Amino acid sequence: MELTGAQIIWESLAREGVDVVFGYPGGAILPAYDAMLDYPIRHVLVRHEQGAVHMADGYARASNRVGVAIATSGPGATNLVTGIATAMLDSSPVVCITGQVHSRLIGSDAFQEIDITGITLPITKHNYLVNRAEDIAQVLREAFYIARSGRPGPVLVDITKDAQQQRCPFVWPADPKLPGYRPTHTPQAEQLADAAAWINQAERPVILAGHGVIHSGATDVVRALAERAQIPVAMTLLGIGGVPASHPLNLGMMGMHGEAWVNTAIQEADLLVALGMRFDDRVTGNTGSYAPRARKIHVEIDPSEIGKNVKVDLPLVGDVREVVAGILPAVVPAARPAWLQFIHDLKGDAAVRSVVNLPDSGHLYAAHVMQDLWHETEGRTIVVSDVGQHQMWEAQYYRHEEPRSLITSGGLGTMGFALPAAIGAKLAQPDAEVWVVVGDGGFQMTMAELATVVQEQLKINIAIIDNGYLGMVRQLQEFFYQRRYAATPLVNPDFCQLAAAYGLHAIRVDRRADVRPAVRQARALAVSAVIDFRVEQEDSVYPMVPAGADLHDMIRRPSPIAETGADQ
Amino acid sequence: MTVTYIVRVENRPAVLTRVTEVFRRRAVNIESLTVGHTQCPGVSRMTIVVDTDEAAARRMEAHLYKLVNVLHVDTVTEQPSVFRDLAMIKVGADHETRAQVMQLVEVFRARVIDVSPASLVVEITGTEDKIDGFVDVLRPYGILEMARTGRLAMRRGVEVAGGVVAANGAAALDGAAA
Repeated sequence: MELTGAQIIWESLAREGVDVVFGYPGGAILPAYDAMLDYPIRHVLVRHEQGAVHMADGYARASNRVGVAIATSGPGATNLVTGIATAMLDSSPVVCITGQVHSRLIGSDAFQEIDITGITLPITKHNYLVNRAEDIAQVLREAFYIARSGRPGPVLVDITKDAQQQRCPFVWPADPKLPGYRPTHTPQAEQLADAAAWINQAERPVILAGHGVIHSGATDVVRALAERAQIPVAMTLLGIGGVPASHPLNLGMMGMHGEAWVNTAIQEADLLVALGMRFDDRVTGNTGSYAPRARKIHVEIDPSEIGKNVKVDLPLVGDVREVVAGILPAVVPAARPAWLQFIHDLKGDAAVRSVVNLPDSGHLYAAHVMQDLWHETEGRTIVVSDVGQHQMWEAQYYRHEEPRSLITSGGLGTMGFALPAAIGAKLAQPDAEVWVVVGDGGFQMTMAELATVVQEQLKINIAIIDNGYLGMVRQLQEFFYQRRYAATPLVNPDFCQLAAAYGLHAIRVDRRADVRPAVRQARALAVSAVIDFRVEQEDSVYPMVPAGADLHDMIRRPSPIAETGADQ
Repeated sequence: MTVTYIVRVENRPAVLTRVTEVFRRRAVNIESLTVGHTQCPGVSRMTIVVDTDEAAARRMEAHLYKLVNVLHVDTVTEQPSVFRDLAMIKVGADHETRAQVMQLVEVFRARVIDVSPASLVVEITGTEDKIDGFVDVLRPYGILEMARTGRLAMRRGVEVAGGVVAANGAAALDGAAA
């Protein structure tokens, strides 16, 4: 069968099971767009290419399938960069296809020519420049395989315009040809036995559950391990949902904004069982004083993560699900009443400080919004959060029961991620209820994608946590820069009028009593809704471990709330 | 400390950039880097020398391994290995000094590969130390130009960089070519 390179792109995507792509056309990718009309793949027209990658990323995270973004050469390709870096830092399987100028013009600074494989080299798992039609199928086969296997990540395929236009026989390759790529590893039996023995010997163990638990679908085995050996589970931001929030052994999120009982448990532990996480600096604080009494078992699919940030005593390189399943049979049931009681007592002390447990003072706090959203939706929606204070409040107060129900930019911390990622998540899971939780700052970075929501006739609810500041930066200024609010106050548009201009339903909420009715109203509507939650302006996220400080050295919640800046 | 990696890679465009990127992003200077073909078609071999600490050396080895086009990485710093460097040195030598220079060439077991009325081009192979010593004694005659390959490394004995993995990699590559 002889096809053009452009047709081969779509034939290949179809064979990879792609049902939707996110993109933006332009000159160098036009042959591919022209051929697209003959293929049954849905194309979502974005308003900025950054949105296309975030959508592909959100699609991938919600579904465990590879997300696909398409852009033209030059500025189309460079606009992908932030999205690709976001996917890279959070190990998200994304394939980006970019048009490139005619191969004859490469290196000549032709119109809209840019070296996108050079630019994206450090932020992709791998990338390709293709200048012959006959290479397209093989390269796309490899790109999808690399993106989804091992530790997933983004792959960029740059295809010249002439390669799209040439005709050649189409042969779908049986296998990727990657002799140097070894994505899978299996630990030795003795290592698995050692891990089980260490767990059996431990008195104060903690499981640290990361993104890898979700990637490998390890929820059931991690839960089985925790239950059999009565090991409390702390989660990284991206590990949230890996173990149900309602599970009695689930402690919640660890790290910089983790609850005091979680971080204290880690610091007091005699064994850490780290599963698919990478001891990020937001998780460990000062590595010199991190979990000083704990032996550390590190289960991780990427060998380069072993010993990178924290010295590990027993590395188990492999897929979390397979490794935990391999450890499990030798783990002896245990009770650990003293250890669990110790953590339980810590919890009680922290809970009385939480704003959601205080009487209504007339102020609307973001924590209220998160807790009420959780109650109303029973923890069963997909929440896509942006980056900043609201992201941390969401992680603290929205209690996720399912894997892949929280989608957020953890590693890169990309503001503007939430709205486009939510569009991708909705297309991946059309039957799921999807909520965007976003700050007033981050929302304005990618709010142009509201038009995409409308054009694609999607039902997404958007909760803007509107405090009139770049809140997390303001908080840092409050704590560490003597409240000198340089460039953090925001003058915002009227978000309700803005939503209305796009044809969306808009609701404004500034009292706690109105939160749940507004959520109910938004859910009942057929059209997407924007809720502008006007929350306390100078509220801060607690607890907080200052960057580089010891994990146990956290700034606790003030108690009572009259101590917060807003009330002074 | 000086760390020597032997890296076997697929011979494809941009592989060199991917490999050097591992060092560049960590602001580690590459002291020397040599690339050439191996006995396996489609497989190139790099010898890379960097100055770094032990922990960083281990991390960079792991990151080299992660590269899709890298077939095998061998850190031979601590392994019994032979190291060789090759230099071509153009040294000033007229009818008065030529004999003295030729004598030094003899002592260092170097070879003269070009003679002109005012200069000689000398080729020498050896460890970096030996070549540095040779350069020192030639310096008084005036070194006009020098080119060095940088370190080449190979494990002693029957040990092969890559071992079984490299053999499989080569087989897979052969299969790909066929």
